[in-house]
Amino acid sequence: MVAPINRPTSPHLQAYKLPLTGIISITHRITGVLLSVGLVFVVVIMSAIAEGSQSYDNMQALTAFWLIKLIYWGFSYALVFHLCHGVRHLIWDAGKSFDRDTMDRYALIELCISLVITITMILFI
Amino acid sequence: MAEFTLPKNSKLIAGKTYKAPIGTSNSRQFEVYRWDPDNSENPRIDSYELDMDDCGPMVLDAILKIKNDIDSTLTFRRSCREGVCGSCAMMVNGKNTLACTKAIDSYSGTIKVFPLPHMQVVKDLVADMSNFYAQYASIQPWIVTQTPAPADRERLQSKADREKLDGLYECVLCACCSTSCPSYWWNSERYLGPAVLLQAYRWLVDSRDENTGARLDELEDPFKLYRCHTIMNCTDTCPKGLNPAKAIAETKKLLMQRK
Repeated sequence: MVAPINRPTSPHLQAYKLPLTGIISITHRITGVLLSVGLVFVVVIMSAIAEGSQSYDNMQALTAFWLIKLIYWGFSYALVFHLCHGVRHLIWDAGKSFDRDTMDRYALIELCISLVITITMILFI
Repeated sequence: MAEFTLPKNSKLIAGKTYKAPIGTSNSRQFEVYRWDPDNSENPRIDSYELDMDDCGPMVLDAILKIKNDIDSTLTFRRSCREGVCGSCAMMVNGKNTLACTKAIDSYSGTIKVFPLPHMQVVKDLVADMSNFYAQYASIQPWIVTQTPAPADRERLQSKADREKLDGLYECVLCACCSTSCPSYWWNSERYLGPAVLLQAYRWLVDSRDENTGARLDELEDPFKLYRCHTIMNCTDTCPKGLNPAKAIAETKKLLMQRK
């Protein structure tokens, strides 16, 4: 068959309402990328605090700045969320927790657990 | 490849509005995707106000009413009107479903009716399904045997073996699941998609089929099967209540187990 006229592509991302599991899935991908980028800064911080007392003090002053703290908390949440969804993937790989009825509930549990772990981390570390 | 925005020829433009007849007390607005291959315009959204006191209960009834009473050029597929043929699959309010089994009352406010997502549009709500059907044919959706059939009867199956097909054979190939899957949107030429993979699994677990090894060989491919990232849109959207994501996970397990 000859390809006919210039057929349009029907709307997809523009119109589809992702379910909670879909939103979590894309967030997992995005946090993965951000965490990779963030690791570069972890290395920068690490090498700075290893370079002697002057550089240690400078870095400590910098990390005490509220914006940096906020980014740090965001990074921590991204890390824990990414980990939690990774565990969800392990459970899925075992062929479990696919039930339609519990899909959203597990997704919410996952979000809550990652939030609780992050807050615990921030409070105690 | 992933293209997040619509190409130039697919961007939506404003369409026409058809008001409800004067004196209608119970009207409902439907916004319907329209595209006519016979002119060079971009797709548009037409808006129809329907009198719900004179309309059947399902989304398909509303679309039929538009075609019968307002605009006979509105084009869509439908046949059985009871969810067994899979023809009237479309995206209604951002989720794929069969228009015939979806009640208008299950939505509030305006109802937006679009063709299945990320498909080539033939006209209005009709998507080109050629690739989908070709993919279905590629998994050999029939029984393949090496042994000769028994001379005096069919190939029998125990009740327990037959039960393994429950939740798989009910699929009507409407493509709601495949076209809800972002992985399928970006890689439909290489990734088989949830509907076809559910059917692939249906033949893997059929006790009468004797081609399991070759079927698994075919699926062991970074794209055909492993583009599934367990996004779960497929299971979320299936209008027949089936679970393609689970079938795919079970297929991945079969591949691991035989290593």
